[in-house]
Amino acid sequence: MSLFTVFDTAASGLLAQQVRLNTTASNLANADSVASSPQAAYRAREPVFAALANPHSPSGAALGVRVAGITESPVPVGVRHEPGNPLADAQGNVYTPNVNPVDELVNMISASRSYQNDVEVMNTAKLLLQKTLSLGS
Amino acid sequence: MSSPNDSLFGIHAQALELWQRRAQVLAANLANADTPGYLARDINFRRVLAQAGSADATLPLARTGSGVDLGGSSGDSIARAPLEYQVPLQPALDGNTVSTQVEQAAFAQNAIHYQASLTFINAQIQMLRTAINGS
Repeated sequence: MSLFTVFDTAASGLLAQQVRLNTTASNLANADSVASSPQAAYRAREPVFAALANPHSPSGAALGVRVAGITESPVPVGVRHEPGNPLADAQGNVYTPNVNPVDELVNMISASRSYQNDVEVMNTAKLLLQKTLSLGS
Repeated sequence: MSSPNDSLFGIHAQALELWQRRAQVLAANLANADTPGYLARDINFRRVLAQAGSADATLPLARTGSGVDLGGSSGDSIARAPLEYQVPLQPALDGNTVSTQVEQAAFAQNAIHYQASLTFINAQIQMLRTAINGS
């Protein structure tokens, strides 16, 4: 019954979007955390998605989506001169994360819409299965 | 498939199976709406159903080495129906060709068609029931 696999596919989408929302939340929460060296500064993270191919028929429909990995943004981190900051280095500089709040908000909206889409797919599949079960009654 | 159910429900039993497969393909497209490089797939419903509906003899049947017929059914042809790639309306920069709105519309349409097939089967069952009960 292939309608059951629709649940798995939608669930994989939900999981992937959850990871994306999670990284967005983490990025936004750390948007203002400073560090005393460029290496220690927080870098914006973003998950990379990949299609989950069916091992039994690679040319067939994908089974869903998976998170292939989480990348860190290559944008250089910012520097701020704040001698009074307890985290400042010898030159009185603190290093700010390379998080772009606008990017993060756009990502959040996109993830939220995709999540809603997957929920709708699940609801529709559930409705169709229920109707199939009540066949002939 | 030459079970009595086939002639009873006509093409609708096979159509149901095909709608289910299409739901799976469209769900995969929607799940991969943000996957870089993912190419949206779909089933050409008309073509596959025409194949399944035509005489089974036109379908390639699987054979064992000794030439024994494995009885490839039209249901198998639906399960192995070839997937096609959608022509993208507006491909994304990352190579993704899923347009979410189009997929949503196709999924909704697919659900309605599925329910229509169910309704036909239900009507057939009701008719038989009336014939059996005579009331």
